[in-house]
Amino acid sequence: MPNMSLTKNPMPVQDPNIRNKNFDEVALGYTESIAIDEAKRCLNCKNPKCMTGCPVKINIPKFINNVSLGKFEEAFNIIYNSSSLPAVCGRVCPQETQCEKECIRGTKGEAVAIGRLERFVADYHNKYSNSSINVKEYNGHKVAVIGSGPSGLTCAGDLAKMGYKVTIYEALHEAGGVLVYGIPEFRLPKSIVKKEVENLSKLGVDIETNMVIGKVLSIDELLNDYKYDAVYIASGAGLPKFMGIPGENLKGVFSANEILTRTNLMKAYKKDSNTPILLGNNVAIVGGGNVAMDACRVAKRLGSENVYIIYRRSLDELPARKEEIEHAMKEGIIFKTLTNPTRIIGDEFGNVKEIEVVDMTLGEPDSSLRRRPIKIEGSEHTIKMDSVIMALGTSPNPLIKATTIGLDTNEHGGIITDEFGKTSKEGVYAGGDAVTGAATVILAMGAGKTAAQAIDEYIKSKYA
Amino acid sequence: MNKIVEKKILNPTITLMEIDAPYIAKKAEPGQFIIVRPNDDSERIPLTIAGFDRIKGTVRIIFQVVGATTMELNDLNEGDYVSDFVGPLGNPTEIEGLKNVAVIGGGVGCAIAYPVAKKLYESGANVTSIIGFRNKDLVILEDEFRNCSNTFKLMTDDGSTGEKGLVTNALESLILSGEKYDEVIAIGPLIMMKFVVELTKRYNIKTVVSMNPIMIDGTGMCGGCRLTIGGKTKFACVDGPDFDGFLVDFDEAMSRNRQYQEFEKHAREKHCNLFNKEAN
Repeated sequence: MPNMSLTKNPMPVQDPNIRNKNFDEVALGYTESIAIDEAKRCLNCKNPKCMTGCPVKINIPKFINNVSLGKFEEAFNIIYNSSSLPAVCGRVCPQETQCEKECIRGTKGEAVAIGRLERFVADYHNKYSNSSINVKEYNGHKVAVIGSGPSGLTCAGDLAKMGYKVTIYEALHEAGGVLVYGIPEFRLPKSIVKKEVENLSKLGVDIETNMVIGKVLSIDELLNDYKYDAVYIASGAGLPKFMGIPGENLKGVFSANEILTRTNLMKAYKKDSNTPILLGNNVAIVGGGNVAMDACRVAKRLGSENVYIIYRRSLDELPARKEEIEHAMKEGIIFKTLTNPTRIIGDEFGNVKEIEVVDMTLGEPDSSLRRRPIKIEGSEHTIKMDSVIMALGTSPNPLIKATTIGLDTNEHGGIITDEFGKTSKEGVYAGGDAVTGAATVILAMGAGKTAAQAIDEYIKSKYA
Repeated sequence: MNKIVEKKILNPTITLMEIDAPYIAKKAEPGQFIIVRPNDDSERIPLTIAGFDRIKGTVRIIFQVVGATTMELNDLNEGDYVSDFVGPLGNPTEIEGLKNVAVIGGGVGCAIAYPVAKKLYESGANVTSIIGFRNKDLVILEDEFRNCSNTFKLMTDDGSTGEKGLVTNALESLILSGEKYDEVIAIGPLIMMKFVVELTKRYNIKTVVSMNPIMIDGTGMCGGCRLTIGGKTKFACVDGPDFDGFLVDFDEAMSRNRQYQEFEKHAREKHCNLFNKEAN
């Protein structure tokens, strides 16, 4: 008999007024009994709609059924068949717009908490399992993967499982891409990313850090001199955007990337870190996406008293996940919506002193189908500020494009591919943010999966 | 992990290291930089490449001990390893078509100016090198510059060796004596580059400067290294580090470089504290 409760089992979380002062994970995860209870809410539909919402096509009802029976390791294996990063996805996937959006239970009440169950299963496995990973016999072919973010890790994992010898080239000193430099510890503990990366190493994947492809080696060299049969470019969208308003180069204006990289990758959140991060008491984050939420919650935890989100549309249009917005609000972030910065004003030493903003109102929907923000003339006013963090999105990294002849890109710098990740250059595939511009972890993983399949078919047909 | 195959103290504050980095040595060109992280918990700092040996597979860095990270680097010895060594980053200095060039180096900037002067000299250009230091004890690479220069000027602030005066004094007197340059390449402290540019603007001689702002990743990701160039924001790591000196907003660059001065001072003192070190 299914559990017919209309609401999900709530996620146990750290108290907002305690967690906004530490970097420990906010969401504590389901216990075994909560997980079983939640799994029983699944109706095990004959025609499971949830799976159509999953970019990597996890067999959701099957894994949930196993959870309801307490068979957690079986549940893990079902997820792992489709996703190589379950502990990550269970935490950072926007389930509410994917699998859970399609869940039949959602038509009356709340959807089954698929994401929370995925996280539970992955954490259970990481905690208790000692099952060894089967290394597939080498099939004689090598593939290079550029970038060790979610897309690169997924593609590498899938190819290794097929018997390819895979080398991942990572530009930074640590593997994980946005999972280590971007997403903060309190949302995705780095020990989890490390574990996922270790699992890949056990599959036989080599990870070469400190290798900036496009500079130290070109794509052509990888193909011709290093004899890789194919290359998968998953170099992400790392280049931060700025507004182009006066005062943006004052001291105290940062990209969200810089603040997050200093905090996460360079560990500035630890007391004994050598990496400085000086935000002051009044901090404005400009933007309303998930990165803006991460940045504001980081600023709060680093000790800034008044942390503002400045967003030009209204609360309803905030592009961040609802859960993240709620977390941020509970932690004391001040939301100044329908507000847009016009300039940043500095003191005589070139430090940020104030931000000048204008009030906005919403007009007719624009091409993004969101109501277009319109400036209210004469509404300029200033707010005292010590630093300003720009979280306006990022564009694809130009280093590979600049040094790879025959690789077509679009006007935003994204690599052009077909639906399977094939680029204009033979043997070269691409996916994730390097193709789409900044998107989500799971979409990048989906692209990595699709490309792994396409690369396998390409190499097989080449040697057929 | 990259091995330090040679370490040489050039003067009390400047150290040379040859680092085993075959991939980088194969590709490096004058004007490009690397990012080094001395230890596992160090910061990442950018250092412009001071030389490379493609056959031995080594890259030379010459650095001044200014803060905690350079101090940590300086604490390492021959045979030790640096945690991370990434490059070659940024764009090489463009020397194509240059016939008459004045290369100006100031202080530790001479370490970076030298490979540029050498490459120009080897390409057949007429090279005037003007290098400046505070005093005799701080002079580096004098012989190296002499060997790749058609005209060589050594300047010190106190006249303890070479001529007394600033690099701009030497450059101006050469210009006034009728020397013609297609380009001036200036590498050194921001204040020196600013004054070189003020001078060359008056004589309308194209001037290229090498910028070395605060960076984290060095690949375009953090935006910490942004500069205003001709009114537009540029990233030194991917758009530079060389820029047209006439377009650089030096005052802003100097202000931005002071962003963590207090923190650095503190970190350096902390690092220096022998008691703390023992206690750890």
